[in-house]
Amino acid sequence: MSSSRGTGRQYWVAIRAMIVLTIVVGVIYPLVITGVGQLAFAAQANGSLVKVNGTTVGSSLIGQSFTDAKGNAIATWFQSRPSAAGKGYDSGASSGSNYGPENPTLITSIADRKKAIESLDGVTASQIPADALTTSASGLDPQISPAYALLQVNAVAKARGLDPSKVKALVESKIQGRDLGYLGEPTVNVLQLNIALAEMSK
Amino acid sequence: MSTTLTHPEVASHAPAPKTPQGAFSLGQLAKGLPGALRKLSPREMWHNPVMFIVEIGAALTTVLAIAQPFLGNATSGGSQQSLAFTWSIAIWLWLTVIFANLAEAVAEGRGKAQAASLRQTRTSTMATRVTGYDAAIDAAAAHAGTEHVASADLRLGDVVVVTAGELIPGDGDIVWGIASVDESAITGESAPVVRESGGDRSAVTGGTRVLSDRIVVRITSKPGETFIDRMIKLVEGASRQKTPNEIALNILLASLSIVFLVVVLTLGPVAGYSGAAPSVPVLIALLVCLIPTTIGALLSAIGIAGMDRLVQRNVLAMSGRAVEAAGDVTTLLLDKTGTITFGNRQASEFTAVSNVDSTQLIRSAALSSLSDPTPEGTSIVTLAEKLGYVHAGAVDGEIVPFTAQTRMSGIDFADGTQVRKGAASAVVSWVQESAPPQSGVLLELEAEVQRISQVGGTPLAVATRSADGAASILGVIYLKDIVKPGLAERFADLRRMGIRTVMVTGDNPLTAKHIAAEAGVDDFLAEATPEDKLALIRREQEGGNLVAMTGDGTNDAPALAQADVGVAMNTGTSAAKEAGNMVDLDSDPTKLIDIVSIGKQLLITRGSLTTFSIANDVAKYFAIIPAMFVGVFPGLQALNIMHLHSPASAILSAVIFNAIIIVVLIPLALRGVRYRPAKASSLLTRNLLIYGIGGIIAPFIGIKLIDLLVGVIPGF
Amino acid sequence: MYFWLFIAQVATLVLILGLLYRPLGDYMATVYTTRKNLKVERGIYRLIGVNPDSDQTWPVYLRSVLAVSAIGILIVYGMQRLQQFLPYSLGLPAVPEGLSFNTAISFVTNTNWQSYSPEVTMGYTVQMAGLAVQNFVSAAVGIAVAIALVRGFALRKSGTIGNFWVDLIRGTIRILLPLSIIAAIVLLAGGVIQNFNGFQHVTTITGATQSIPGGPVASQEAIKQLGTNGGGFFNVNSAHPFENPTPWTNIFAIILMLAIPFALPRTFGTMVGDKRQGYAILATMGTLFIASLVAMTLFEFDGSGTAPIAAGGAMEGKETRFGILGSTLFATSSTITSTGAVNSMHDSYTALGGGVAMINMMLGEVAPGGVGSGLYGILVIAIIAVFIAGLMVGRTPEYLGKKLGAREMKLASLYILATPTLVLVGTALSFAIPAVRADIEKTSMWNPGLHGFSEVLYAFTSAGNNNGSAFAGLTANTPWLNSALGVVMFLGRFLPIVFALALAGSLAAQDRVPATAGTLPTHKPQFIGLLIGTIILVSALTYFPVLALGPLAEGLR
Repeated sequence: MSSSRGTGRQYWVAIRAMIVLTIVVGVIYPLVITGVGQLAFAAQANGSLVKVNGTTVGSSLIGQSFTDAKGNAIATWFQSRPSAAGKGYDSGASSGSNYGPENPTLITSIADRKKAIESLDGVTASQIPADALTTSASGLDPQISPAYALLQVNAVAKARGLDPSKVKALVESKIQGRDLGYLGEPTVNVLQLNIALAEMSK
Repeated sequence: MSTTLTHPEVASHAPAPKTPQGAFSLGQLAKGLPGALRKLSPREMWHNPVMFIVEIGAALTTVLAIAQPFLGNATSGGSQQSLAFTWSIAIWLWLTVIFANLAEAVAEGRGKAQAASLRQTRTSTMATRVTGYDAAIDAAAAHAGTEHVASADLRLGDVVVVTAGELIPGDGDIVWGIASVDESAITGESAPVVRESGGDRSAVTGGTRVLSDRIVVRITSKPGETFIDRMIKLVEGASRQKTPNEIALNILLASLSIVFLVVVLTLGPVAGYSGAAPSVPVLIALLVCLIPTTIGALLSAIGIAGMDRLVQRNVLAMSGRAVEAAGDVTTLLLDKTGTITFGNRQASEFTAVSNVDSTQLIRSAALSSLSDPTPEGTSIVTLAEKLGYVHAGAVDGEIVPFTAQTRMSGIDFADGTQVRKGAASAVVSWVQESAPPQSGVLLELEAEVQRISQVGGTPLAVATRSADGAASILGVIYLKDIVKPGLAERFADLRRMGIRTVMVTGDNPLTAKHIAAEAGVDDFLAEATPEDKLALIRREQEGGNLVAMTGDGTNDAPALAQADVGVAMNTGTSAAKEAGNMVDLDSDPTKLIDIVSIGKQLLITRGSLTTFSIANDVAKYFAIIPAMFVGVFPGLQALNIMHLHSPASAILSAVIFNAIIIVVLIPLALRGVRYRPAKASSLLTRNLLIYGIGGIIAPFIGIKLIDLLVGVIPGF
Repeated sequence: MYFWLFIAQVATLVLILGLLYRPLGDYMATVYTTRKNLKVERGIYRLIGVNPDSDQTWPVYLRSVLAVSAIGILIVYGMQRLQQFLPYSLGLPAVPEGLSFNTAISFVTNTNWQSYSPEVTMGYTVQMAGLAVQNFVSAAVGIAVAIALVRGFALRKSGTIGNFWVDLIRGTIRILLPLSIIAAIVLLAGGVIQNFNGFQHVTTITGATQSIPGGPVASQEAIKQLGTNGGGFFNVNSAHPFENPTPWTNIFAIILMLAIPFALPRTFGTMVGDKRQGYAILATMGTLFIASLVAMTLFEFDGSGTAPIAAGGAMEGKETRFGILGSTLFATSSTITSTGAVNSMHDSYTALGGGVAMINMMLGEVAPGGVGSGLYGILVIAIIAVFIAGLMVGRTPEYLGKKLGAREMKLASLYILATPTLVLVGTALSFAIPAVRADIEKTSMWNPGLHGFSEVLYAFTSAGNNNGSAFAGLTANTPWLNSALGVVMFLGRFLPIVFALALAGSLAAQDRVPATAGTLPTHKPQFIGLLIGTIILVSALTYFPVLALGPLAEGLR
């Protein structure tokens, strides 16, 4: 068999192989997984949606912003981390800031956020944890550190006219420890905290 | 090979190298200098890509140094660059090239001295060429016509006559006659050797002198390709071709050089982004420091020196490939006789058959051996004397020499009494010529012969026949094979090196087994024919082994050719010498072990200096990179862990170190890295520590020391 | 406390990967050596017209690899260009030419560099039936080439090195597909989505609207990690909560990335008939992995740099649920395996921490590297190490009984030459051509100054080593970067494959020299140290200058 005919044959085999493989791993496989997901793990497979009174208000996995149209924090809600997704928590445009450690914009932003939190939550700069000052990787981070949640307790309680100790207890009840006790970090899911807060405020 | 006659001239001593090993002096460097400068020609440099890059860099830097005053202020990576700096770099780059050439020139110089003395023997002589030689009618060429031609005009297949006092005009085989020949020109050995037609000692070498008799020689080499011509080329390194491993290493070094070339070429634009573009001389300095100049400079010197070490031991390797293969050998085929045991056996016991007085046996044995000049004969007399035999006066009798037909020797006394000693079967049939011996005696003899064979000895039966024709068997002499002392340790060394030793002998398996055990070889091949030997080599090679062997006979030629390392004895036939890839001028089969060591040493030296060369780069980076960019990025001063004086001094110091290290390592390259037989893993640990870790540390110290000196020069 | 958390997490990895090593490695060895074909495989061989019992010489094997890759590039390119006609395209238009070219090469070369934002570029069909198929195929190709090279060591005097089509189909059907199914189901349980819902618009409790994305993510995520591909379904890849919802799915993803690359040494050891050789390679990979992980973790916890210090920690571009530890564990695993997935933004790492991510790739992706490519990469470096060290024991060098002569060294040298040349030349050209440099500085660089340079260096390093991760601030969807990175990815994948397969052919043709006491042992700690040293030295010598101008200059101020 001549080498060029050999090569030609290899391409003919390659085309057929790609078609077969596309059907097997590109169509059948994802459809099977979709079937399994929809049957066995319907909640997760469809996005771990959170409902309040039967209405979907978001996903427990996708962070939200609790700001007004201008992007200013609404004092009655616990605030999520700063976000670089679109104009903030745009789940159609997940993104980090990608600012480097010496990026002047980032350095300014951190200073600005410090000031904003100082005034909003009435705390001093040294108390503010890093996650409150930095944008997350996805821009959709649903969680904040317990430290940041606790930092916001007084301001939120004040804005809602609630007993700070009750709000603090609520936050503490919503702290999720490390997975298996050692994976990841302790977190507070902001959406779930705010839903519980709204429940409490009723 | 199990006959009592063996090669006579095997010596037990390891011959001392003729020139002191590793002798190296500044004088040699000075002598090599003109050669080193001649080698600067790009046509010569081209063969060494690594150093060729350095030469181009040196030339370019020189041009830039000349141009610098006209181009105004030069900066590099944000630092000022003085004219003195550029000139210093240029000069030291040239020195780097010269040092590399010096290494090669010095290595070649040592061979040249040897070549010069060889050349003297090549002086043209007149040859007496036989016209119309016909071996069938007139083998001695006594009646054929002759003509005188210059030795240089001799062609392959010509037949010449050489008589006493004449130089043999070219390499050839003796087709008629026997002569003693002075071969000191090539072997350095002054004792004449016997060369005769037929058999395994028929080869003669051009340039050697016939001392006695007249021989007819058929020329077997083309003009200009005689043994001596080849020797000269070999020791001069003129015909040196790169060996396979050297080629492979060169490929690796070239590709490393290309990587670094890419690194340096891309550094300009990349650093330019930050406004830190280094100047061209600095980039050249970095390139030269990074490419493996140390090993590039020393590689050919290592190869030449390796061949040279063989020559010093009187071994000629026909190619560098053979030397490398010697390092790889995994199986050594060693002839028993002459290599493992002394060529001659020694009498150790007399056993008389019953009803024979042992003194009679001793006396007969001694008498029959008195005129026997062989070492065996002498040892019989010695033993007899030790046992009380007193020799009284001259012996009146006729010596009967050993022949392959009778397989006996002895003496016929004037009174008609005959004494014979020899192989038992031959002696028994000799006795039977007169009368069948008693069966009891025969059984006894057989038992004794068996016993001696089993312990590895050679039994010699002794019998006598009186004048009246009555013959009787007297007894047996036990000739013992003496294993050379110290061999067991050497074989153990070889085992540690991963080399299996196989003893080859014509003895029967029982004898062979016994001697093999005593000598400590791993295996043996008994009752070996040349075909068996060839088959054994093939079998070993099929298992992936590399086989080395020695041989001298024409019938060894196929095996020599098949073996990966075939060492032909210089005393052997030209067929054997053609078939092998090394020739041992001393004809000492034990040298095989030395040859293996030299091969290994060559490879180790190459690998160690490569490792050293590459490991050096770490320190050079730490010297040059911070120096290159510290003007723009002061933070990089943190990488200046040697605390070098200034950027200029740091770069220059690295370049100077890079050049000087070549000179420092020339003696090591020529002498070879110290090698002792050991397991591969312990060798590796040792060499990695010295040349790997040492290669990382040494330049840190060296560059710092040079920097301390350079730092005091104003302007640096 | 973080010290113990670190130890516990590393111990988890060591334990699980250790438990997988023997069964998975031996299983793969069986898959690639058995003569038996499954029924479904026999059907496939009939469909594609291949005789599974005929072995190929190395040039034919190579031609098959190139054929399937070329067809793969054409298919993926075509699907993107025709996206508007495909179902489940979410109304997205055809992908532009330059981007389609870059993306097609990127996925076929197992790089999965993404010059685009998937949410707004790729519909479900292209992702599932185009890109994810290449996740399987490119991974199977990588393992096949590695197995072919291992056969080179294992076979004696053989003219052939196996049948590529058989290796491809078996790798897909028997290894990648079953493991992916298991992994996808585990991921589903953890919260990774798998639907065809498109964007769901919801009204939040503050009254704002939110559009929650959908898609067949779990099925793609599984093979993305398992095949060390790394191409995210979403723009932020594994930082996206729908790709990587929890800390435990995070470590599960890490295990998926590491499972096959760390088990392949066992396959190697089993196939060459000396399991100790596999352990030596494993130890080399493991040591480099742990060292790199420690370095990156220390740099991130140290949090040097103006912004991290101002914020009180290097949390920019990191998710709360993972924290620094979960981020560096993932980043190390992803950059040192050629996966290139990210669960945190490497661009925002500290200068030195980001530098470690680059170094991981610069090591040549061998610790443990990509599926298959890591093994053949480390075996080639081992050849270089053995060549030099072998000389030091006084033998012409041999590895596993195969002599390393001029031809082997030529191929190994070209192999180690290829990638650094691509990386350095690509980076240098970006700054040497004035128009390109202007475009790079104006359009592509996101961060100014040294960090901007690091973004470009990272991009070419990632492309050349087929990693696919990025300092993602870089806008790579430009004509220069799409084409230059496309070419670098293509050559960075297939040049080494050409050399590796040629090596396989030349080794397979040789007889095997039996090992003796004089042979360099390649299974002892001494050799492991030597191999580690060679890997570090070769890459350090190549990349030290550019690192000095990027991460080092930025980090040491």
